Amino acid sequence: MKCSEFLQELTNYLDGVIDDRTKSELEDHLAWCHNCYVVCDTTKKTIEIYRDSQLYELPEDLRSRLRSAIVSKCHAKKRAGPERP
Amino acid sequence: MSTIQPKVSEPVSDELTLVQAAKAGDVGAFEELVRRYDRNVFRIAQHITQNREDAEDVVQDAFLKAYGNLNQFQGQSKFYTWLVRIAVNEALMKLRRRRPERMVSLDEEVKTEEDSLPREVADWSPNPEQQYSQAELRDILTRTIQGLPATFRTVFVLRDVEGLSTEETADALDLSVPAVKSRLLRARLQLRERLSRYFQRRESAEARPKHASGDGYQ
Repeated sequence: MKCSEFLQELTNYLDGVIDDRTKSELEDHLAWCHNCYVVCDTTKKTIEIYRDSQLYELPEDLRSRLRSAIVSKCHAKKRAGPERP
Repeated sequence: MSTIQPKVSEPVSDELTLVQAAKAGDVGAFEELVRRYDRNVFRIAQHITQNREDAEDVVQDAFLKAYGNLNQFQGQSKFYTWLVRIAVNEALMKLRRRRPERMVSLDEEVKTEEDSLPREVADWSPNPEQQYSQAELRDILTRTIQGLPATFRTVFVLRDVEGLSTEETADALDLSVPAVKSRLLRARLQLRERLSRYFQRRESAEARPKHASGDGYQ
């Protein structure tokens, strides 16, 4: 297996959606190719760092302000009845 | 090497009941749906628009649009996937308004594969995120993901940050499954490449120049 072929399968491999035979070919490749090992390992870390990062959390005060605005507009829509085309 | 474990999503068993009640005019039931998903919609919107005020508008507009169109929700997909689809469209509209000089489309043709070929293959420190303070790390992650094209950023956020499946992501973005997979691979590789500048094991880069920057990928 070439490195470029490994790369094509990287997403399926990390997501665990791959058949056993391809998986074992990929792991054979990983066992001797240091570059692909590093790319695979650091891609996995990239995903984990972003997933755990809590970027752009919605602050509670803003959250309740937005929710109140949404709910009051929903009530207004309901009172106005169905929209006409 | 183990695989990435998806986030555990909240139970959706009673979700259809809430949607049915909201359709019948129960605003309280719809409020519960807002409570469940407002944080997700805000995160997605801010990742796409890269602007806090726009993200706030998207949260309001997306939920109001969902409320106004509940009758069109047929229940073939999850309510959340349907909502994400609305939110992504609202966010892209904001982005287009702000950057009219650049066409923003999820369908934009992905260029050659070279844009994602690894060039930086130096190993990272064991716990790279611990080299930085929380504020520094947040800044690095924000700037890095902001540098991705909108189409890659959106697929990465839905799939890897929000934990939607490939099929749900394809459904929410109106893309084919192979298109989602191809964009996801590029997004992951480009983010990895950019983060390597901050996270690589410094002493290792000196001790093993063979794997350091510039070595390239065969």
